[in-house]
Amino acid sequence: MQLYLPIAEVSVNAFLLLGLGGIVGFLSGMFGVGGGFLITPLLFFIGISPTVAVATGANQVVASSLSGFLTHLRRRTVDLRMGTVLLVAGLGGSLAGIGVFNALRRAGQVDLFVQLSYVLFLGLIGALMFQESLRAMTRARAGAPPRRRIHHWVHRLPLKMKFRTSGLYISVIPPAGVGILVGFLAAIMGVGGGFIMVPAMIYLLGMPTKVVVGTSLYQIIFVTAFATIMHAVTNHSVDMLLAVVLIVGGVVGAQVGAIVGLRMKAEQLRILLALLVLAVAGKIALDLVLEPAEPFSLVAGGAR
Amino acid sequence: MRALAVLLALCAALWPAARAAAETVVPGLSQSRVAITANFDGSELLVFGAVRRDGPPPGGPPLHVVVTVEGPSGPVTVWRKSRRMGIWINSSAVRITQAPAFYAVATTGPLAEIISATEDLRHRVSIPRAIRSVGTAGTADAPDYIEALVRLRSAADLYQLREGSVELAEDALLRTSVTLPANLTEGLFTVRILLLRGGTVIDSASRTIDVQKVGIERFLFRLAREEPLAYGALALVLAIAAGWAASEGFRRLRG
Repeated sequence: MQLYLPIAEVSVNAFLLLGLGGIVGFLSGMFGVGGGFLITPLLFFIGISPTVAVATGANQVVASSLSGFLTHLRRRTVDLRMGTVLLVAGLGGSLAGIGVFNALRRAGQVDLFVQLSYVLFLGLIGALMFQESLRAMTRARAGAPPRRRIHHWVHRLPLKMKFRTSGLYISVIPPAGVGILVGFLAAIMGVGGGFIMVPAMIYLLGMPTKVVVGTSLYQIIFVTAFATIMHAVTNHSVDMLLAVVLIVGGVVGAQVGAIVGLRMKAEQLRILLALLVLAVAGKIALDLVLEPAEPFSLVAGGAR
Repeated sequence: MRALAVLLALCAALWPAARAAAETVVPGLSQSRVAITANFDGSELLVFGAVRRDGPPPGGPPLHVVVTVEGPSGPVTVWRKSRRMGIWINSSAVRITQAPAFYAVATTGPLAEIISATEDLRHRVSIPRAIRSVGTAGTADAPDYIEALVRLRSAADLYQLREGSVELAEDALLRTSVTLPANLTEGLFTVRILLLRGGTVIDSASRTIDVQKVGIERFLFRLAREEPLAYGALALVLAIAAGWAASEGFRRLRG
């Protein structure tokens, strides 16, 4: 069954889209990430323009992160205060991201910038996560207790604030910085930024692991919601029909993924996620480095 | 000045005679509008027509027919990638003033043989002629870009050259079908039928087809353009409702 997407102006097989949404939802349920970093490149591969893919990806992440957030809220594993600091900073970052995105779109370099961001951030996070989970696995085998590292320079910064749920008394500068970066990436990559936020919260801010995912999801909802509105207003590039099909597939996949995820060990899960992230980064990097079969591309409207 | 007056008088005197011997085309279309619905998967457009003449068919070169279907035109920027610092990036661009979003040419024979170059230029029949690029003369490799535009749009079935696909029966009845692909954009499409003899266009007629998104497609597209804030808000409400429903639904399922 073909589905004509009103904003993307292409006709795509509806079951293919449902399947994509389902697979990404499955992975996001299994690993506890929003899945935006997978859905956006997958949309490029099936021929949706980067502008539409990024904007619609942001819309889809709103649904998946809200679904996860509500579950965490019931278990009281959300640090709302920390989330709000991240959020305020994130909105600022998002606004800047939209500005940069539009400037690059006018210059014809948006594809390149989005692809480079993917390679850089996915490659970096994937490699860090892979290394860390390998170490955790060997440690678990040796039987030593896991250590939690906290950077001490973080504790010497001014403007300290108390975060009760996380049991932290730290400066607001590091969380604000993380928030700005994640907001910026949400706008230009169509992602929630969970894959950057989660490690940053654990290793940089020293938050307890159990509140990290819920808090990250809390701020992702708002940042991606803001990015969706901004893309809709400035680029008219959110495809609602595409988003709805992806969300339906994703919602079902996420729950199946969550059940499968419960049966696996945390280290195994993280290694698999790391490999997945590296694979996506590798594919995009190859596209940039290898000579394209068609060096020309068209942009209708002709802004130059 | 006098020579011109004489020429005009001569033309006026010859006009009725030339008119009487002329062949004209009466066009017809299978539909006057194409609706892009949510499950739009392309469409077949049937173009037919009749050749009307007042006397017996004139001798000389055989009658040929060219049918063109042209979608709405707009500017297009063609980017070319080249290698910079080891990666392939968009490095140079040519802006093409007007290029149709869709263009199909169907003929009774090889296009180059049935129409002369000057007539092609005047009536803008062949695909390269349908693309208007003003001010690209300064760029030495501008033809490469226009060629790339034609190649990319041909690959997407947006530009079609189908020589020999027009059936002409008894030098009087003509018909052809044009496939409109699924990745169509909306707008007013023009269908032209040209009659040719000896490389010259002797008559032409055109009709328009309205290609429009309908139903939910139209509603969403219009809303996104005209009320972007409301559209964005609606997209969010949908996402929030879906996220909440999923969380609630599966909470109950798990007990």
